[in-house]
Amino acid sequence: MGKVVLKLGADISTDIIYPGRFMATVLPTETPQFAFVDDAAFNQKLKSKQIEPGSFIVADKNFGCGSSREQAASCLVGWGLKVIAKNFSRIFLQNSINVGLYMVICPTIEANEGDELEIEGGQVVNKTSGKSFPIVPLPQARQAIIDAGGLIPYTRKMVLAGKR
Amino acid sequence: MGMTMVQKILARAVGQASVKVNDVVEPKVSLAMSHENGALVINQFNEIYKDTGIEARVWDPSKIAIIFDHRVPAESSKTAGNQKKIREFVAKQGITKFHDIRGDEGGICHQILPESGYDLPGQVIVGTDSHTTSHGALGAFSFGIGATEMAAVWALGKILNVEVPGTIKVVVNGTLPKYVEPKDIILHLIGKLSAEGANFKVIEFHGETIKKMSTSGRLVLCNMTVEAGATGGIVPPDAETVRYLKTEAGVKNIPELFGPDADAVYEQVVEIDASKLEPQIAFPHTVDNVKPVGAAKGIKVQQIVIGSCTNGRLDDLAIAASILKGKKVARSVRMLVFPASTRIYQQALKKGYVETFMKAGAVVMNSGCGPCLGIHQGALADGDKALATTNRNFKGRMGNPNAEVYLSSAATAAASAITGEITDPRTVTPAPKTAKPKKAKVKIVKPKAKKKAVAKKPVKKSVKKAKKTAKKGRK
Ligand code: SF4
Repeated sequence: MGKVVLKLGADISTDIIYPGRFMATVLPTETPQFAFVDDAAFNQKLKSKQIEPGSFIVADKNFGCGSSREQAASCLVGWGLKVIAKNFSRIFLQNSINVGLYMVICPTIEANEGDELEIEGGQVVNKTSGKSFPIVPLPQARQAIIDAGGLIPYTRKMVLAGKR
Repeated sequence: MGMTMVQKILARAVGQASVKVNDVVEPKVSLAMSHENGALVINQFNEIYKDTGIEARVWDPSKIAIIFDHRVPAESSKTAGNQKKIREFVAKQGITKFHDIRGDEGGICHQILPESGYDLPGQVIVGTDSHTTSHGALGAFSFGIGATEMAAVWALGKILNVEVPGTIKVVVNGTLPKYVEPKDIILHLIGKLSAEGANFKVIEFHGETIKKMSTSGRLVLCNMTVEAGATGGIVPPDAETVRYLKTEAGVKNIPELFGPDADAVYEQVVEIDASKLEPQIAFPHTVDNVKPVGAAKGIKVQQIVIGSCTNGRLDDLAIAASILKGKKVARSVRMLVFPASTRIYQQALKKGYVETFMKAGAVVMNSGCGPCLGIHQGALADGDKALATTNRNFKGRMGNPNAEVYLSSAATAAASAITGEITDPRTVTPAPKTAKPKKAKVKIVKPKAKKKAVAKKPVKKSVKKAKKTAKKGRK
């Protein structure tokens, strides 16, 4: 169970999630400080730990469009945030899987800031409104990377097995 | 059932007779490109090998390209540190396609790859940059990936779990009117498809207009396909591709060309009549917020930017210079020009475009990404509006979330620089050729002309050198 801490519209670009001017910062340990930095109030809440890990960001269509910068995914991982969107842009979706960002594709999601959500049996359940919304499962090939714990351990296994 | 371009390329890359849309394949990679974010790739690459007892070596150092462009010369000690880390890695791994901060072979990755002959038809190309879609202009399947994904490519030489994408066929026919450019075609298309209309799909370009279009124009189209969410854009290679590869990129061995099957199946077909197109503007803050230039008439702008991997090529500079010749940039405007590569910069110098820009009042900057992503140069003030030939107008893109970015072709940007407001280039009249100022000019120019003659030789030499090094890099 987690609370919706940020509700966003469609076409949220990586420039909003992680502005280009912080691209010189690359390490997943250092990127979280710049998550949504241009939304000063939200960024401050994150940094002052007012937002609990496991909280949700809910967005409309095409979340994460634009730049391929992986910082946009890793900065959210750092705060333990989960993202539910109607759909995701391709590179962001793949980056999320690779770096272990918890993301859910839910084309019909309805939720407001403050609502309590739970992911249960292939559905997003909005405990506040009492409604549930079906999740679109990830393609199997991508699920394999998630199950391995991300692309680094997945690739490490292949390297160890001598599969080049 | 016939195959599209991307199906054919992927089938070859996995050694199968055919692949179907949504098949999961792991194609071999012909070229893996990164820029400064190579620093993160290196970090993730080393992570893969951590505690394995296996030495971290890239699969093929000749197939990795690293081009410094996003923040050149370094804007901060942090970037300088990243660049240093990459240089050391490049030396250690023996990576040959490396373009450092240099005046002879530097520039933006999406221009360096084609002009250096690294891009070839039929290849699978990946890059840690979303505009890697550009290289489809040469008939490759080329797409953007994240840094961790790239680390896996460096380790394995192939890209994991690629679902064969469906294809949208875009057919463009008719002659583009004067001052209507490839940028206007792609802006119009993105407006039609929306920012996510081609998500997980490839856009394949066809039609007479494309056949007649230079590779430079095709690069503009493919570059911006990602703004409709596309995985890639692709132009089936043809005589123009061969011309470009031979005469501009110095490629000697052209691979066998192939196009899509005649009975290929497309998810959608979009037709565009180029002859009816007007100059287009993408309004803030999404690239699909596209309207004809008339709708933006009178919007005052404080900054004009001509450059980037989208429209910083010689033909863009040529058309902008032709409009600005003998004119002045409005006092209320800062105009910044950044050629896409140093080779283009040198060509623009030779052709006199740089002089035209500077006399008009524009600042010509070094080749690189410059103001495009708002990290380095040309940041906007609160409330500023910019008109740029770049490819993104997202909130905060030019360094300030409280500013606005409009997108256009180079012709529209140049015309707008003169008036200080968004202006239809078709309404600009050429500078009057009065006798008086001309005479006055001759007097000033004469002594300069001598200097020029002296200066000319070294310029020529350096161009030759650039070609030479480019050839070297190809081997
Ligand atoms: S010019 Fe702009 S869009 Fe092109 S590679 Fe550089 S930052 Fe990206």
